[in-house]
Amino acid sequence: MTDIRYLAPRTLDEAVGAFAAAAGAARILAGGTDLLVQMRAGVLRPGLIVDIKKIPEMTSIEETADGGFRIGAAVSGAALADHPKFGQVWPGVLEAVNLIGSTQVQGRASPGGNLCNGSPAGDSVPAMIAAGAIVTVQGPNGRRRMPVEAVPAGPGRTTLAPGEILVSFELPPRPAGSGDAYLRMIPRTEMDIAVVGCGVSLTLQDGVCTAARVGLGAVAPTVLLVEDAAKALIGSKLDDAALEAAAAACRAVCRPINDKRGTIVYRTKVAGVLLKRAAGIAAERAGRA
Amino acid sequence: MAKLHVSTTINGEPVEFLTEPGESMLDVLRGPLGLTGSKEGCGSGDCGACTITLDDRLVCSCLMLAAEAEGHEIRTIESMAEGETLHPLQQKFLEMAALQCGICTPGVLMAAKSLLERNPDPTETEVRFWLAGNLCRCTGYDKIVRAVLETAADMREAAR
Repeated sequence: MTDIRYLAPRTLDEAVGAFAAAAGAARILAGGTDLLVQMRAGVLRPGLIVDIKKIPEMTSIEETADGGFRIGAAVSGAALADHPKFGQVWPGVLEAVNLIGSTQVQGRASPGGNLCNGSPAGDSVPAMIAAGAIVTVQGPNGRRRMPVEAVPAGPGRTTLAPGEILVSFELPPRPAGSGDAYLRMIPRTEMDIAVVGCGVSLTLQDGVCTAARVGLGAVAPTVLLVEDAAKALIGSKLDDAALEAAAAACRAVCRPINDKRGTIVYRTKVAGVLLKRAAGIAAERAGRA
Repeated sequence: MAKLHVSTTINGEPVEFLTEPGESMLDVLRGPLGLTGSKEGCGSGDCGACTITLDDRLVCSCLMLAAEAEGHEIRTIESMAEGETLHPLQQKFLEMAALQCGICTPGVLMAAKSLLERNPDPTETEVRFWLAGNLCRCTGYDKIVRAVLETAADMREAAR
């Protein structure tokens, strides 16, 4: 590993400059829980590692004036869990982030890394999509913002342009009566990769669902925003018919792989089951909010 | 490629070392620094035998570059006993035989200590989830979990 360079810049401009200049040979280091494993396995041999954790914007959690949150891309799951308010406002996003790996992995792994690793089964991504998170990326041509669902491009791939670095997630302010939830199916109780993951965020007014978003993971080459499932929920009282329609919409978008963790038929069926259960938990939380 | 010079704090003492850019914290701990209490099991963050704290957060030292230690504070299993006096968890693990081969034990102890600092009265389920990233191939976990719960009870009693 003698031909690797390591940089820990203090500013984003420096990081982008070095990252872009190294072209494809550079890798971003946030928590390193994917990068170091890939280097160790010999899958990756980066010429340059850009550690972004000395850039304050990358590791801070801010509550915005309007009641939203801005989360730096390299914030660890453990740091997010320690935030006094984030988990009260976005319990589904927090439970999704905190499902990634062990306590030790939580000490380092970040939602930014989870998104940029590009796994269709990344646990935080469906919850972030459901939450309507907007990401900011910065590259040689400046900054741009896009919805989180626009980032994944396929297994291990993102739509970030060469030299672009994911900077932060913005989560919108929450109207009263809102709740979110994330559920994943794994064949054991901990330490596994999602067979299906489903994030639901919704708002209830007088028992009627006025807003909803659904994110679905591990059932297609990318994590999906399921707009038809949200449409089935909005305007309903989350009765059985609406939940079944939303579940059917989830099943309809599934294009999963067959593997040792789950068959196509199984993953597709479970996608609908998780939608119903996650919507139920989100609604219960909305009732309390 | 030039080595990087790193200034950090390990077990309360200022430490400086040189590292290759791609070298893990675990390799530097066990190699040049001679702190061999942290073990290498898997090298991929699955087993937890290399568990240390970085600014009081549990991390796998195999999944951290040594260069990242710059300006931070690290604690390893070597800091757990005070001189000849074992930490209550260490003592309880001995009394209850909560180890067999011992390779996972430093990581388990570091993780358990961190849990009890955050939560002095964990349930069995909380202990099991917190320690889910520490694999033991000998004990079947039951003795480990019981030892952590008994230590927690003793420490609560002692604190009254």
